[in-house]
Amino acid sequence: MTVDPFVPTTSVQSGSAPDCPKSPVSCSGLRADLQETRKLLRLGIALGWLDIKLRYRGSVLGPFWLTVVSALMVISMGGLYSTLFHMNLASYLPFLAVSLMLWQAGIAAQVQDSCGCFIEAEAMIRASRLPLPLFAVRVVVRNVIIFAHNIIVPLAVSAFYHVWPGVAVLWALPAAALWLVDGLALCLLLGALCARYRDIPPIVGALMQVVFYITPIIWAPAQLHDYARFLLLNPFYAAIEILRQPLLGHEPDTLLWEIALGASALLCGAAALVYRKARARVVFWM
Amino acid sequence: MTHIHLRDVSLTFPVLHGASKSFKKTLFSRAKNSVKKIRQSAAVGGAMTMDKSGSGCLLVQALTGLTLSFQPGERVGLVGHNGAGKTTLLRVLAGIYEATEGYVDVQGERHALIDPQSGMNPELTGRENLRLFALRLGLKKEDISRFEADVEAFAELGLFFDLPLRLYSSGMGVRLGFALATLPRPDILLMDEWFMAGDQNFQSKAEQRLSQMVSSADIVVVASHSLSVLRTWCNRIVWMEAGHVKMDGPTEAILDAYEDFLSNV
Repeated sequence: MTVDPFVPTTSVQSGSAPDCPKSPVSCSGLRADLQETRKLLRLGIALGWLDIKLRYRGSVLGPFWLTVVSALMVISMGGLYSTLFHMNLASYLPFLAVSLMLWQAGIAAQVQDSCGCFIEAEAMIRASRLPLPLFAVRVVVRNVIIFAHNIIVPLAVSAFYHVWPGVAVLWALPAAALWLVDGLALCLLLGALCARYRDIPPIVGALMQVVFYITPIIWAPAQLHDYARFLLLNPFYAAIEILRQPLLGHEPDTLLWEIALGASALLCGAAALVYRKARARVVFWM
Repeated sequence: MTHIHLRDVSLTFPVLHGASKSFKKTLFSRAKNSVKKIRQSAAVGGAMTMDKSGSGCLLVQALTGLTLSFQPGERVGLVGHNGAGKTTLLRVLAGIYEATEGYVDVQGERHALIDPQSGMNPELTGRENLRLFALRLGLKKEDISRFEADVEAFAELGLFFDLPLRLYSSGMGVRLGFALATLPRPDILLMDEWFMAGDQNFQSKAEQRLSQMVSSADIVVVASHSLSVLRTWCNRIVWMEAGHVKMDGPTEAILDAYEDFLSNV
């Protein structure tokens, strides 16, 4: 056998892969990782689905436990806050049911879950070459499934009061699509940061608590009267509102959509930036 | 055509421990360091250095200036004592680690048998793990059921196949891991030495299965401490030491030199 270590004639100069001076295998970057992830989409979905199955294995109600809890929350908080805010229960309860679902099963769950995106996948990341966005898909799929279970509560409330959103509800579709994109971006951003710095998840948890109180979730924006315009500075408000308005039967507000799109663009940009720096190193941080 | 080319490949990885994993502490130590202006010598001998940015992060130089080229038909054995960089090299070849410096060019579909559990989830059943593994390989539905039967027969798990992995004995875990890991037929096969584990009866069955896989691969790279294994499987040996290639050549010559070296220690 040859002892000759390297044959220059077959060597790979950057010429064979022009846009990739460093190493042809790793030139990929974010775009290539996303393409690879698309090919493995079924694996991502299966991983998310199995996570749910696993979490509720041996539980009679399964993910519906969360539905029961949110139903209890909506009923008790509805009674309490409608009295505190002097609001009509028939108009407040549908609002509260939708808001709590969007916040708890949507934004809060997704943000907190994003933190563990790569940490929880340690074994797979170390064992074989898999594109990291695959694990973002897994987390998002998992949260979509849990979210779907929680739709029951607002549906029940709507049925009880006979209020239905009408055609405007179709506007929820593009909003949901934007949420999915944001969810993936959150996973890449927070997943990478939290893999590097393990004390970030509790910080995120504490911040989300603050966001919960300053965002109109249990209270309506109109209650702020003249100060409501300051809410536009809160991107979580826009994100919630673009989905909440159609679900409650209102036409969406153009300005809020613009803010939501802008905030999403910033989020995706930050995620791309962090991911680009982190992608090759995540495996060492495990 | 299948090939592996490495040129001047170096790999440095950070070892995060204690304070360097904390965001708060990293922030504060950065601030402190910039005030104190710690001077660090440019040339640090040995394999470990501290991160220059002062994050308190330990850097390990695992591979230094590797230049290697593997062609189809080569069965390469990696030898060297623990920590010589054998597994790290396998991980670079597998694409799990990205080289910090140098060119890595791997042409061909690769499959790595590095982790005996191949990333299996201990909470899931054997069957569920198999399905995930099949999806990872991108198999089609009809193929998956065929593979399922194959693995089920080979691993001899019986009813345990539908129980979570954490209930398995270590032997069962190894059998399942092995059965899964030996499913694909890659162009490039990268193996760490764990594949020789298992009980005696399993050993012969395993060897048969492994040799099928090895013979269908164009390039095989094996890291092992067992010289007899290397003598049977390999036609080229790369002897590694502290992240460098110490010797590279035909099996007999290198292994004899290596044995001399071991007996002199």
